[in-house]
Order: sequence, then C-alpha cells, then structure tokens
Amino acid sequence: MSFIQRNVRTWMLTELLTGMAKTFSYMFKRRSTINYPYEKGPLSPRFRGEHALRRYASGEERCIACKLCEAVCPAQAITIEAEPRADGSRRTTRYDLDMTKCIFCGFCQEACPVDAIVEGPNFEYATETREELFYNKDKLLANGDRWENEIAANIAVDAPYR
Amino acid sequence: MVELWNIYIWPLIWILAKILLIVIPLFLAVAYLVWSERKVIGLMQQRMGPNVVGPWGIWQSFADVLKLLLKETILPTGANKIVFLIAPMLTFVLAFVAWAVIPVGEGWVLANINVGIMYLFAISSLGVYGIVMAGWASNSRYSFLGAMRSAAQMVSYEISMGLVIVTVLMCVGSLNLTDIVEAQRTVWYVVPLLPMAVVFFISTLAETNRHPFDLPEAEAELVAGYQTEYSAMSFALFFVGEYANMIMMSSMTVILFLGGWLPPMDIAPFNWLPGPLWFGIKVAAILFIFIWARAAFPRYRYDQLMRLGWKVFLPMSLLWVVGTAGVLVAFDLAP
Amino acid sequence: MIVHALAFYLFAAVVVASAVMVVMARNPVHSVLFLILAFFSAAGLFVLLGAEFLAMLLVVVYVGAVAVLFLFVVMMLDVNFAALREGVLDYLPYGLVVGLVMLVELGMLYGAWVTGPEVAMMATSPMPDIAQVSNTEALGQLLYTKYIYLFQAAGMILLVAMIGAIVLSNRQRDGVRRQVIANQVARTRKDAVEMKKVTPGGGI
Repeated sequence: MSFIQRNVRTWMLTELLTGMAKTFSYMFKRRSTINYPYEKGPLSPRFRGEHALRRYASGEERCIACKLCEAVCPAQAITIEAEPRADGSRRTTRYDLDMTKCIFCGFCQEACPVDAIVEGPNFEYATETREELFYNKDKLLANGDRWENEIAANIAVDAPYR
Repeated sequence: MVELWNIYIWPLIWILAKILLIVIPLFLAVAYLVWSERKVIGLMQQRMGPNVVGPWGIWQSFADVLKLLLKETILPTGANKIVFLIAPMLTFVLAFVAWAVIPVGEGWVLANINVGIMYLFAISSLGVYGIVMAGWASNSRYSFLGAMRSAAQMVSYEISMGLVIVTVLMCVGSLNLTDIVEAQRTVWYVVPLLPMAVVFFISTLAETNRHPFDLPEAEAELVAGYQTEYSAMSFALFFVGEYANMIMMSSMTVILFLGGWLPPMDIAPFNWLPGPLWFGIKVAAILFIFIWARAAFPRYRYDQLMRLGWKVFLPMSLLWVVGTAGVLVAFDLAP
Repeated sequence: MIVHALAFYLFAAVVVASAVMVVMARNPVHSVLFLILAFFSAAGLFVLLGAEFLAMLLVVVYVGAVAVLFLFVVMMLDVNFAALREGVLDYLPYGLVVGLVMLVELGMLYGAWVTGPEVAMMATSPMPDIAQVSNTEALGQLLYTKYIYLFQAAGMILLVAMIGAIVLSNRQRDGVRRQVIANQVARTRKDAVEMKKVTPGGGI
C-alpha cells in the first residue's frame, strides 16, 4: 500500500505541487519588511550609533579631557590632547575619533564621568570617502548640537536603570 | 528603377518594419519580465520588490538599462578579446532571431516556414555557444566551470526536449508552427500529452538555465558563472538575451501544448479576445510559473540534474514517443 | 535571382574560408569555433538548395550537439599546440597527395554522373514534385521506403557504438555506496526517530 502511495505521490509530483502552493499562498501574506528609507524600525534608547560630544545648556562643552574614554577604548579609536584654557579650566584641544576603527562597544560613554561623549541614535552617516570618517572635535560637537534633543531624551529614559 | 524599387526596396522596408514590430514589444516584454520577476519573488518572500523608480517601481528596468549603458565595459587582461565580445552578442542575437517564426496570431508571423519547429529547436540549441564562448574567453575558473556545466546541461536536456517535440509532431503531422496550433482546435495537446508537457516545461527550465537548474550561474558557488567577468553593456546583452530566451521558450511551450493563439473554448466570452492577446496571456502564465519555480525550489545538485535528464526524462519521453506512435497507428488517428 | 546568387557566394566563401581557418588557426578552440561557422554556413547552403529540413538537421545535430562536445573536449585539453604544430610542413606532401586523390575522385564522380546513360532517370525519379510534397515528407518517403534497411542498419551501428562505449568505460566497483533518492524521499519520521523515556540516572 505504502509503495503504491509513494509512487503515486512521486509521479503526480505531489511534493513539488504542495511546495509551489505553499509559496503561492505566501504571495498574499502581509509583507514583513519595512520600506526602509521612508519607514524606519524602532530604536532602543540604548542604541549605540554615531558618536557626539555634548554641551551643557550654557553652551559650555562637557568634556573635561579626563581621557578615560581614550584609555578604555578597546579599538584605540580615540585620540585626545588637552591643555588648560585661558580661563584655567581643563579642556581638550584635540578630540579625534576614527570611525573606521570604532567597534561601537559603548565603553566610551560608560566611562565618561560627565556624559560628554555619547553614542547617539543616528546610524545613517555613510560617507563617500574614508577620510570623512575620521571625526575631529568640531564634527563631534556639531553632532552633539544636532542630536542633543534625542540624546537627552534617551539618557533620561535610561536613567532609572543605571 | 521603378522595378528595383518595387522588387527590392519596398519589401525590404516592409520586412524591416515587421522586424521592428516584433523586436520593440519584445524589448518591453523583457523589461517587464525582469520587473515582474523581482516583484513576484518579492511578494512570495514577503518583501516589497522594486518600488522606488515610478509607481510600484515600474520604471525600474529602464533605470537599470540606463545604468548598465553608462557603465564602463571591462575587458579582463587574460581574456580572449574577440571571443569575449562576440559571446554576449551571439546570445542576444540568437534570442531574438528565433522570433522570426513564432506565430503570435493567425497569420501574425514574420516567416511562416515549413520547418518552423526545427528552426526554433536549432536556434535554442545554438544558445549554448554564447555561454560556452563567454566562459572560455573570460579565462577565469568560475566562468569556465559555469560554461562546462551549461554545455553538458543543455546538451542533455535538448535530447528529451527533442523527443517531446517529436511526440507532438506525430500528432500534428507537420513541422509548421501554424499547423501545430491549428491542429489543437479540438483539444490542446496539454490534455492528452500532459506528462510530456511537464517534461517539456522542466526541460525548458534547464535549457534556459533557470532555477532550479541554474547551476551555470549558481551565485553561491560560481559567483554568477559565465557572467562573472562581464560588465556594463556586454552583461546587459547576456541579461536581455537570457530573458528573451525565457519568453521564446514559453511561447514554444504555448505553441506546442497550449494551443497558441486559440481560446480555451470557441464560445462566447472566450472568443471575444483576439488571438494575439490569448497568446500573450498564455505566455505570461508560463512565465509566471518560471518565476514561481524560482521562488519555490532550491538549486539542484549537478549529479541530480544529470540523473534527472538522462535517467528519468530520456526513458520517459522515449517511451511516450513509442506509446503515442502505437496509439496513433492502432486507432488510425495519425494525420 | 541576383540576391540568391549573392547569398550563395557569401555562404560558399564563408564555408571555404572557415574551413581553411579550422586548419590554420593557432588556437584549437578557435579551430572548433570556425568549424561551427563552417557547419552553419553549410546549413545556409542547404537552405538555398531548398533542403530546409536537412539544413535544420545539420544545425541541430552537428552544431547543436556534436560540435558542443568537440568544444567541450578541446577546452578541457591542455596540450601545447605550438609544439604539436612544428612539423606541419613535413606532412604537407602527404596532405597534397590526399587532396589530389580526392579531387580526382570528385572529378570522376562528376564525369560518371554527366556521361552515365541512366542519369536522366536517376535525377528525376526519386524527387516528387516540390509543390505537392514538402521537403521533409519527400525525405521521409525515400528514407523509410527505398532505404529503410540502410537506414535501420545505420541506426544499429550507432547503437552498437554507443553500447560499446558504455561497456568499455563502465567499471563495476564493489562497496560503493550509492544515493537512492527514492529511499531518501520515502523516509518518514516514523522510521527515523524513536521516542524513548529516559529516567534520570538510568540511561537507555
């Protein structure tokens, strides 16, 4: 019996046809992808994207050149040079971040005592040349200005769990 | 002078116009076949498919063609230059010359020759040269392996295809494509010869190097096989040739088994549509199955492919040739 | 008619030129490609003669299948053809003699054809009227009536050659595990998986 059944199934191409029917039925299912550049998926407040250097509300930059981020960075992507400023406060003269080295581990923002360096929610910063990915202080501060609202909101949401 | 004009130049212009009438719709058909393939497979995989260029992405193919036209054609240093450049042209030209004999409607054919089906079969069997030449001239291992696979595969499946065609020809008694269609007025050959229709369809999948028999290009192992070294326009020629070939094979299936331009039944709602439209609908249906099979089945292993061709299809179609001949003679049905 | 003549000379010239190139080409793959061109142009000549069925047969069988296998083999070969070609001039006299013999034979054939007494009958009798019977049917009528035994014998010879090749190359090996697809497909969960209740510390 099973022999006959098996042969009938083989010669009637049952397996092939059921397979094709299955694929066909999927044509009418809801698509499971999003229309990316126009629609975007949800991001966690802890999402680690492009870096930014933040400022205080007064406009003063937060970074105090403690170099903890430089020390903790496992990819050694951060280079900092610092000098006392004219008003005697300690600030960086150079804050370079090589985005081609960065592994987005988030250790820099964990290490930062003043929440200066953070990884923001932006992940669309592709460039046409490699050089554009060697961020300097100006670029990072500009990022901070641009994304301040989102970054502040994310930090506020995440604060209870720290 | 008038005589020259009447005998040579007018017919020439007339034939050229007819050729344009075939080629331009064919180009459009290829463009929309590519688009609908991407769209249908996208739907079956719960994706969107192309949707940026124009509404539902309908201009996508034209954008692609433009891109390929503007890119640089790269000639590999190790390549055999002449053969390398002839190969895509050959594939392209062969995919288009086949259309000279395909009747899309009653009398809608460029050349109604006596040996139409043989011509189609001959042209489709020449298709392998474009691929083999490309693979050899590229001077690359991947291309070469792809070409070898394709040569063996196409030669193997041609045999069972030929036998299937013989079965149909025995029922028709003519090699003329119009006669083949006309012979199906009472019943389409897909009904009495269903197993042969299936064998033929699967063989056309292998013949056009389509999934699940796309071993010559097998992206996963051969990085696109014989096309690996091609870029820009030479690649586009291959691409268009391949898809035009798909349409050609589908119309061959339609002519042999699905009654060409004939409506399913010669009664009211069906025979309102003109013949060429019916032909187009049937070809589109077969092409949909081509695409559907691509979405449904994984790629064959090479030895399985050969086994299917030589150990299953060949004996089966041989048996059917003999069986059909027997039935035709026994019941005195032979034309 | 002038178009006809032009086409004939074009095809004939291509056949001859590509036949010369088959012998002269440095690269063996080019030789095979020229051979294919020669076949194809010969098919064109057949069409001009009104033998369209033969032309298509030539394309399907020789160009579509036989030449593919040639190409297949030649591409796989890795022989130094420059070295093979070195002594080609030594063989020239032999080649010329063979060519001459063939030319003389062709001439004799033509002579016999022209001067023979029964030519007029031979030239017309097996050819049915082209208007009534198509090329294909005429060929079939001749092949399956008058030459049926020769035709079948040719088929037999090919069959013998095929079986011979299979016998020579087929080697029975013991202890080779083969894939039986039917068995694999027929395997069900019931045959493959056995559910066991395993007690802790007890093992099976």
